[in-house]
Amino acid sequence: MSPKVTPLYERHRALGARFIEFAGWTMPVQYEGIISEHLAVRTRAGLFDLGHMGQVIVRGKDALPFLQYLTPNDVAALSPGKAQYSMFLYSSGGVVDDIIVYRVPDTAEYLVVVNAANTEKDLEWLNDHRSQHPEWSVEIEDMSARTGMLALQGPLAEPILQHLTSFDLGTLPSFGIVRTEVAGIATLVARTGYTGEDGFECYCPIERVVDLWDAILEAGQPLGLVPVGLGARDTLRIEAGLPLYGNELSPEITPLEAGLGWVIAWQKGAFLGREALERQRDQGPPRRLVGFELVERGGIPRHGYPVQFESDVVGTVTSGTVSPTLGKTIGMALIARHAAAPGRPLEILIRDRLVKAVQVKLPFYRRSRSTSRSV
Amino acid sequence: MAEVRDGLRYTRTHEWVRIEGDVAVVGVTDFAQSELGDITYLELPEPGTTVKQGDSMGVIESVKAASDIYAPVSGEVIEANKAVVDSPELVNKSPYDDAWLVKIKLSAPEEVDRLMDAEAYRKFLAETAAMA
Repeated sequence: MSPKVTPLYERHRALGARFIEFAGWTMPVQYEGIISEHLAVRTRAGLFDLGHMGQVIVRGKDALPFLQYLTPNDVAALSPGKAQYSMFLYSSGGVVDDIIVYRVPDTAEYLVVVNAANTEKDLEWLNDHRSQHPEWSVEIEDMSARTGMLALQGPLAEPILQHLTSFDLGTLPSFGIVRTEVAGIATLVARTGYTGEDGFECYCPIERVVDLWDAILEAGQPLGLVPVGLGARDTLRIEAGLPLYGNELSPEITPLEAGLGWVIAWQKGAFLGREALERQRDQGPPRRLVGFELVERGGIPRHGYPVQFESDVVGTVTSGTVSPTLGKTIGMALIARHAAAPGRPLEILIRDRLVKAVQVKLPFYRRSRSTSRSV
Repeated sequence: MAEVRDGLRYTRTHEWVRIEGDVAVVGVTDFAQSELGDITYLELPEPGTTVKQGDSMGVIESVKAASDIYAPVSGEVIEANKAVVDSPELVNKSPYDDAWLVKIKLSAPEEVDRLMDAEAYRKFLAETAAMA
């Protein structure tokens, strides 16, 4: 099967994008350059085409107990217009996918946004579980092919988007979602993102996504808005200490090992994977995800590179990159618990050289308080 | 369009060579830097290292990927460009001038004639693009 493209493909070509194949899609990896796009998002704003990601609507009388059972976070805590980061888990406690669950305002629906690489797998998994529970009345609708998704991220995201909507974005809190019009296009606007900056993820009918892209780019042009590809999307999320499924999360890695135990709402009762996670919590997870930075030059520590502590191999790099914001080379690694502690040294095998590093707390970067939403 | 300089020689692995007497000045081409993206790191051979034509003699790394640098000619490395190791972005900005990588004292000058000239390299790039 040939790779898929979003309706914005010709726009990306006209903007001089270079493309990569990702999860069966041909997507822009960069336009002007990864580092300049990264810095644009940190200082002004960037616009991302996220049409490759998956959107699933879960509705029906038992949508809540269904999702409550299949995710570790507390779905019941979501009032209309709120979202939460969460996961689908195997009974082993390993991760099927990491997701955002939105309780869509003015409806009885939940919108679940999933990774591009896992959309098919997630749908099969959801439908499997629904057929295992015929007592629940639940409808699962894959909206991915009909939904355009753009992300506008950066300290100037709000003023840019405000030009295009009459909804007062100042009243939209972090992880809030509202149904409104942007540039006259019916859009779900969510204050969520994957960069560590303030910003919005916008969902619209796919036949309008090109118009939405054009409108946002035009509104943002005077403020220095640029298109941003998947290359900078990765460097931004690594700086923000955010996991990428396939690297920091996988069927073999639990949320406890990945430092995401806060996602688990233990008080809510039964959920798939609970017993396994309880055991791991009680014994202490055998591995921990740590942040590190290189203390000497040696190239980029990439996924899979071995990590040593006191001459023993204790794990591998999950993700690594140069950090344009910090001017350092940073990474995350999943290592044996006994070796993990901020301040401790590590050695990363990069090609044939052991390169010295030091463990640091995550995240590497936090945006300044003046651009944080406290609402 | 990637810049191809007349008067230089080129390899199929996108290194360029400028001959100054019995010394070959070596770098990577505009096409190479454009394909790699933002260069973040370089490993260059130490002066005194002997290289054979076609050997991997170093590494050039960008955010996207790491790539070997191949010796276009045989000989002894007499100098490596420290400025480029300290500022890898020079490769993107000035691949033919400021970002020369190494100087090699030729041990087999006849090897130079087997490298592509500018015209042949331009054709090679066009063929590479057509196959993509």
